[in-house]
Amino acid sequence: MGDSLGRVPDVPKISAADVSKVATLARLSLTDDELTTATAELAAMLDHFADIDALDLDGVEPMMQPTPLANVMREDIEGETLDRDEVLSQAPLTEDGRFRVPPIIGIQD
Amino acid sequence: MSSMSDQPTTAVDLAKNVRNGVAKAVDVVDEYLARIDERDGEINAFNLVLADQARERAAEIDAMISVGRDPGPLAGVPVALKDNLCTRGIPTTCSSKILADWKPPYDATVVTRLRDAGAIFVGKTNLDEFAMGSSTENSAFGPTKNPHDTTRVPGGSSGGSAAAVAANFAAVSFGSDTGGSIRQPAALCGVVGVKPTYGAVSRLGLIAFGSSLDQIGPFAHTVRDAAVALETISGHDPGDSTSIQQGPLDLSDTLDLGVAGLRVGRITDLPKGASPDVEERLEAAFDALREAGAEIVDVEMPAFNYGLTAYYLIAPAEASSNLARFDGVRFGMRTAAPDTNSMYTATRTDGFGAEVKRRIMLGTYALSAGYYDAYYGRAQKVRRLIANDFAAAYAKADVLLTPASPTVAFKLGDKASDPLAMYLCDTYTIPSNLTGDPGMSVPFGTGEHGLPVGVQILAPALKDHVMFQAAATLERHMQNLQDQNVSAS
Amino acid sequence: MSITYVNDDGYCPSNEQHARWEHEGYELVVGLEVHVELATRTKLFSSSPNRFGDEPNTNIDPVTLGLPGALPVLNRQAVELAIRLGLALNCTVQKSTFARKNYFYPDMPKAYQISQYDEPINIDGWLDLPDGFRVGIERGHLEEDTGKSTHVGGAGGRIHGSDYSLIDFNRAGVPLVEIVSRPDIRHPEQAKAYVTELRGILVAVGASDAKMEEGSMRVDANVSVRKPGADFNTRCEIKNVNSVRSLGRAIEYEAQRQVMLHEAGEPVVQQTRHWDENDGRTHTLRSKEDADDYRYFLEPDLVVVDPGTEWIEAVRAALPVLPAERRAGLAAITGLAANSEAIMVVTERGHDSFVMDVAKHGGSPEIALKHLQQSPEAAGVPAEDVAKLTTMEASGGLTATQAKQVLADMVAAGGGDAETIAADKGFEAMDNSELESMVDAAIAAQPGAWEKFCAGEGKAMGALVGSVMKASKGQADGKAVTALLNAKKS
Repeated sequence: MGDSLGRVPDVPKISAADVSKVATLARLSLTDDELTTATAELAAMLDHFADIDALDLDGVEPMMQPTPLANVMREDIEGETLDRDEVLSQAPLTEDGRFRVPPIIGIQD
Repeated sequence: MSSMSDQPTTAVDLAKNVRNGVAKAVDVVDEYLARIDERDGEINAFNLVLADQARERAAEIDAMISVGRDPGPLAGVPVALKDNLCTRGIPTTCSSKILADWKPPYDATVVTRLRDAGAIFVGKTNLDEFAMGSSTENSAFGPTKNPHDTTRVPGGSSGGSAAAVAANFAAVSFGSDTGGSIRQPAALCGVVGVKPTYGAVSRLGLIAFGSSLDQIGPFAHTVRDAAVALETISGHDPGDSTSIQQGPLDLSDTLDLGVAGLRVGRITDLPKGASPDVEERLEAAFDALREAGAEIVDVEMPAFNYGLTAYYLIAPAEASSNLARFDGVRFGMRTAAPDTNSMYTATRTDGFGAEVKRRIMLGTYALSAGYYDAYYGRAQKVRRLIANDFAAAYAKADVLLTPASPTVAFKLGDKASDPLAMYLCDTYTIPSNLTGDPGMSVPFGTGEHGLPVGVQILAPALKDHVMFQAAATLERHMQNLQDQNVSAS
Repeated sequence: MSITYVNDDGYCPSNEQHARWEHEGYELVVGLEVHVELATRTKLFSSSPNRFGDEPNTNIDPVTLGLPGALPVLNRQAVELAIRLGLALNCTVQKSTFARKNYFYPDMPKAYQISQYDEPINIDGWLDLPDGFRVGIERGHLEEDTGKSTHVGGAGGRIHGSDYSLIDFNRAGVPLVEIVSRPDIRHPEQAKAYVTELRGILVAVGASDAKMEEGSMRVDANVSVRKPGADFNTRCEIKNVNSVRSLGRAIEYEAQRQVMLHEAGEPVVQQTRHWDENDGRTHTLRSKEDADDYRYFLEPDLVVVDPGTEWIEAVRAALPVLPAERRAGLAAITGLAANSEAIMVVTERGHDSFVMDVAKHGGSPEIALKHLQQSPEAAGVPAEDVAKLTTMEASGGLTATQAKQVLADMVAAGGGDAETIAADKGFEAMDNSELESMVDAAIAAQPGAWEKFCAGEGKAMGALVGSVMKASKGQADGKAVTALLNAKKS
């Protein structure tokens, strides 16, 4: 099925299963309707972005940053720290000077 | 619209008057706050107006003057800040529910530099949530309206800052530009908007969207105001590892040198999509520069066309990582849940808007195992191709001229339900974010329905001053036309 | 960090000569990932103090907390220490970049850790164990530490069954180097020796105090088993090992567990397992269906680190003498094996240079070594004093027992003259002629024993030595007496 690269025309570039997986990775939950919509939207976008598939990119160095800088470092000297009270006042929940969260289960190590 | 057609006092003049003692900062601030009071209910440029703080600071500025101390080059100038710039103790929301009440414990570097220059912050402006959008309709706090026509968008994502200057709520404002978020709203609102060379302005304290793309820049009524504003905030910051290794940009000194002998590039294979009125203004701009002594040269940039694609794979990828910290643990909104993992999901699902979620998912996908090479990896190679095209173009031209926005301001709701249509707004601005080169939008007349049109000038990295030179020439051209019209009537 | 397993048994041919662990026909394959806290004053990407034991959340800044708008700035000293330890481990120090490792966890403030992925700072090194076994080092890279969570309400402070957790970010951002070995280890003792030797090196170059019990060195073991010569099998990662001894026990347990699975035809599931010191077993916390997708990409907020030849060579030139070389030095002057217990112990304590000093002052390095092994406090005594003591012992002027007592006095007094102390204690220096006359007297008094001894009955010597000891009131040096008897016999 498909051409020499195994591509099948009109198969969406992203499936509902993919979107579901990605949503989990990003800690977002979608209703069934939202999943359907998101899948359609993302598939349409990726279809649109397929214009770069045809480009010959062999030997092209990726450009990760626009800056040519190297070796930007600072000296190992202590600087100002934040005021703990100010920081904790902005936290959703704290106890004993620490940030409090519900039980940490079901997360990867 | 009478407040629109009056010549607003420039920031340069305001500062001069305040420093000379000719004007009092408290009076200046009162005038601007009155205008905000009168009209922002309609425009919704601000998430937060800082009336008390502004008056307090104005009094301080006046006190400094009275004892012979110089508050700095922006003394008494009312300034608005996009609400993704951290201001200590003052809510910084990114127009998102997830940060609705968050008060940062530190100031962004640009905020400190502006304060040290005597600027007076009148408020935090509205934006598309987390700077993702081209119309400011993605704000969790309602859209901002274009002051020229309140049924239309001001552009985005820095729509609030653009509108604030256009409506004279501030003499100068600041926004951020990741894919055109300063230049496009500037064009739609008829003001000057600048994205400097990447690294020219510190990103410390700018809530990150696309880290290799983001830059902070000014909105102003005049090119000179924008120049002074940018000089004030630019220059090396040891707190930002990607900031340039030199002092502030020097833009004012060469501003009036004109364009005699300057080579201005016309991109012959520019992506289509600009409306006829915008095309007409662009041609007029080429004519104006030619009349002023510039040489117009043709350049080809085939990779320019792939800018949108590369951007919409790279920016969301970086954003998906930058926005992961919004997890309800240390700051911002938290939705309670029985365990931490569920808490993350509930908080982020509740707190983020639709466009933000869309981009996070797109970006996560582009980076995910098995897809990195096809999407993110590939996009970074396309980025290199675009940079190569720019380098080749800049061997033949000193600056490039393109439309800033493909159209004049569109109606609220027009593109809101079609994300892809919205993305096309940034066609002409995106490539320079990818390469890190500077770009600015200069108002150049009007288009359909008498709405403002901006033209974009692009220049090589660290040649921001050349870009400003060309901008000043275009501005002078428009000013001359206006003067002629006035004297003719 | 997942190791790319290189099934290259030919890495170091001489490794073949070393003992391997074996159980039911299976052999052990172990690679170690060691995380080391660097001894810098401030954190890796911000200037908050790198300090243990302060009040929670006091060593914090926007970067440490992952606040919106915060940006990392690299600590030069962390790079210096990474280069130092890389060179000490024979690595190539190369141009390196930072990458984001994306995952959610409450003690991970940005929901990504800045680490190094494609281009780590150190690659392709090795560490030789004291017995000469060579363990390859694949890479060493810089990364930031996480905060610390305390679990409230569950049994024993564990996550399981807890009501909630509290997070302290003081430790978040502390600089770490992760050192990843090749899977060359074939015996639990080698794993232990690797960690011990690594620690010695890290301490010697000042990169870290590397204390497992305090968490400044953390060891994870990747363990698998296979039939000798076969391809590698699935491995498990063992965490929560808090001492060298536990490491050995954990590897042993895990290897046997896997052998049993293989024998039963059951698959070994690739997973992370926790070592429980109390019940002596490894456990899964939960079954991990999908490995987390970390979506590594280049960190856009940092730029490339390219130390260059000048910096690297300056660090190399300033490297101190490493433990292996120090042990070799002791071996050379004492004649003992470099991995003998005495040399290992004394070097680990840092007293090797003391023994060398004793030799410089004309003392006996062998005897000094023995003293230092048994009485480490002796290192507090001036070397020349100990030198004199060892000389007296070597010439038979003092017995070993007597020398120990003299040394004890020296330690208490912070020094002293060995002859004087010996005299004060009534340990007379017995010169050889006096000793010889005593030996002659003993021979004369026990002609029967002497005859038997001369005929080859070694036991007969006992009686002769005994009477010399009695005559000398215990002052004679047993060894010297024996030597004299043997000399006279021939």
